[in-house]
Amino acid sequence: MIRNLFLGLLGLVLASTAEAEWAINMPKGVTDLSLETYDLHMMVFWWCVAIGIGVFGVMIYSLIKHRKSRGVKPATFSHSTTAEVIWTAIPVVILVLMAVPTAKTMVRMEDSRNPDLTIVVTGYQWKWHYKYQDTDVAFYSSLARSSLEARRKESGIDPFSVPNYLLEVDKPLVIPRGAKVRLLVTANDVIHSWYLPAFSMKKDAIPGIINETWFRANETGTYRGQCAELCGKDHGYMPIVVEVVEPKAFDAWLSSSATEL
Amino acid sequence: MTTATTDAGVAHADDHHDDHGPAKGIGRWLYSTNHKDIGTMYLIFSLIMFFTGGLMAMIIRSELAVPGLQFVHPEFFNQMTTMHALIMVFGAVMPAFVGLANWMIPLMIGAPDMALPRMNNWSFWILPVAFSILLSTLFMPGGSPAGGWTMYPPLVLQTGDSFPFLIFSVHLMGLSSIMGAINVIVTIINMRAPDMTLLKMPMFVWTWLITAYLLIAVMPVLAGAVTMLLTDQFFGTSFFLAAGGGDPVMFQHIFWFFGHPEVYIMILPAFGVVSEIIPTFARKKLFGHDSMVYAASCIAFLSFIVWAHHMFTVGMPLTGQLFFMFATMLIAVPTGVKIFNWVATMWRGSMTFETPMLFSLAFVFLFTIGGFSGLMLAVQPADVQYHDTYFVVAHFHYVLVPGSVFAIQAAVYYWLPKWTGYMYNEALGKVHFWASAIFVNLTFFPMHFLGLASMPRRIPDYSTQYADFNFVASVGAIGFGLSQLLFVWVLLTCKKGEKATDRVWEGSHGLEWTVPSPAPYHTFETPPKSRIVNEAFD
Repeated sequence: MIRNLFLGLLGLVLASTAEAEWAINMPKGVTDLSLETYDLHMMVFWWCVAIGIGVFGVMIYSLIKHRKSRGVKPATFSHSTTAEVIWTAIPVVILVLMAVPTAKTMVRMEDSRNPDLTIVVTGYQWKWHYKYQDTDVAFYSSLARSSLEARRKESGIDPFSVPNYLLEVDKPLVIPRGAKVRLLVTANDVIHSWYLPAFSMKKDAIPGIINETWFRANETGTYRGQCAELCGKDHGYMPIVVEVVEPKAFDAWLSSSATEL
Repeated sequence: MTTATTDAGVAHADDHHDDHGPAKGIGRWLYSTNHKDIGTMYLIFSLIMFFTGGLMAMIIRSELAVPGLQFVHPEFFNQMTTMHALIMVFGAVMPAFVGLANWMIPLMIGAPDMALPRMNNWSFWILPVAFSILLSTLFMPGGSPAGGWTMYPPLVLQTGDSFPFLIFSVHLMGLSSIMGAINVIVTIINMRAPDMTLLKMPMFVWTWLITAYLLIAVMPVLAGAVTMLLTDQFFGTSFFLAAGGGDPVMFQHIFWFFGHPEVYIMILPAFGVVSEIIPTFARKKLFGHDSMVYAASCIAFLSFIVWAHHMFTVGMPLTGQLFFMFATMLIAVPTGVKIFNWVATMWRGSMTFETPMLFSLAFVFLFTIGGFSGLMLAVQPADVQYHDTYFVVAHFHYVLVPGSVFAIQAAVYYWLPKWTGYMYNEALGKVHFWASAIFVNLTFFPMHFLGLASMPRRIPDYSTQYADFNFVASVGAIGFGLSQLLFVWVLLTCKKGEKATDRVWEGSHGLEWTVPSPAPYHTFETPPKSRIVNEAFD
């Protein structure tokens, strides 16, 4: 146990020098909607910064200037209707400014009509099942063997030595770039949640309910996520990996996968 | 018994009030109907639970310090997160505020005791039973509940032998809260000193009145929800089971209809505490007392119509999502009013920075940061990214730890001289404050970054990209945990301090400061005269 901890710490030091993660902001993602989401996130963030500078600025000024040790005599006012009307009205205006663009994005997010491809995603304890609708292609996707071995308590394997530790699967979901992909998300046992940050997508997988969502990935690449709803002891061990490939490569993959079956 | 009855009868007949003190021995505590004794018991109980839940937090943060599993298995990790939340919410924060209410409401409104003293005794003594049951599940086959404090079905139905004990202990906690709330309402409505009109009441009393109504409104809803879980598990119903025609999402709606007002139950009394302390140490009246009352009422009302913002990813119709988003954003308005009013109270005051003031100022700063992340979470598309990640963990710990917990500790430092008659060690108090304030930020601020980098909550192990900030958070958490031992030390050694005056603080106002320090066992046996009430607030 101690040895593991030591290995972990050592790895941590190596990681912070070599890889220098320290990421502090949301990734922008690779769909139009994930970019919009990022912009909304930053808009609200900067509003908060502005309000924070105002409120904390006044407060800090007061904390410095209005102290007894400086011999200040307390003022006696305890009410000002004008001030209170102003600081009720201004936040309302700011909220309206935030709400309008947000509502517009939400309307676009809901529009799952006319998909190019539909995939049924089913959550299991503790893996995902994908079925490409109108084809024979269907498979389970579970934690890759490399992580599976390293994740055990006292495994003696340094997580830093495992590529994509806990974020690698045996068989990833493959998606064509630029296609509108509709997901029908459900679960077989308990509630799970299909979370892929790069697509700004999180949809609960609920037994007895089929949730609909969609995305259109603009860039090829491998994208990683995880189950986001507590689903039992191995909740932390059901990653999601999506490979976005060129449409031609996708067609080839789909037909080869169909013949595999 | 006969003698006692006769004595009491004689005393009454003579209309003669002996200053009878507390009973001797354990009986004083077991049978107590005295609001001060019961308040003390609530506070001590809360402190014990704070350390119990805190120990679980230490286990969680130790495991999460570096990637890989070092100390516990995933199933035990889930038990720890579940129990940590249940204990902190129902065992530490809520009882602490009920304890403060018990001690201070009668003193602040000039009442001799709580209106329903026997029920008061019962509502306290239910709690140790409830938490003994809950904690005993740690030793049961299958361990304690591990499905999260939110108890979402179907997962919670996979709980082992501890399942019915979980439900029963939640029922008991609810029962205790409801009785406590009834007591607060009846006391405030009926037992105020003659000249104390509703709008003259101190803010702590006001926020507790509103909190008590919230408790009565939502605790039965929680009881209903967990009862449905119980019948789904044992009596063949299918409220939440899709296979039998039920709906797992319905549980979430019912739970959060309780759960969202619940978060205001844990913060409104904190608002009250801070609204008492800041004017005292700014030597200036609370700015906009009436608008503070309206803002708190407004927050309480809105808390009933925002619950589904906890469920933006369950698949709701667009109109539903828009409604809950707009309603949630609206809460920023009355909350903003409160923060602006506190700042306006400080403005051109004559401030000193004793420990209670330091905690209150940190409350205003750090609760506001929690409010900002709350506003960000209200934005539905962004919430899809934040939901169930460490961003949410950062958010609610910012409002609960430097929010509720700091307010509770501020209140303890503020009123401790009134309770004990001694001044605590101010220098140690300040060390406790600065250690807490630094470590709480070291713990929870990096969690914002982890969440934005999409680390999910409630996982025992994580990908190596999250290693750096997790290590920082764990160092902070251990530091915060150790700092709290200092708090206990300050409490235990307060009798070494100098004797407290009746006013205690130079700038204090209100009826509680007109009684001696320590407050006698019985106070305000006759209601204070209007002159005293009016002077107390000048």
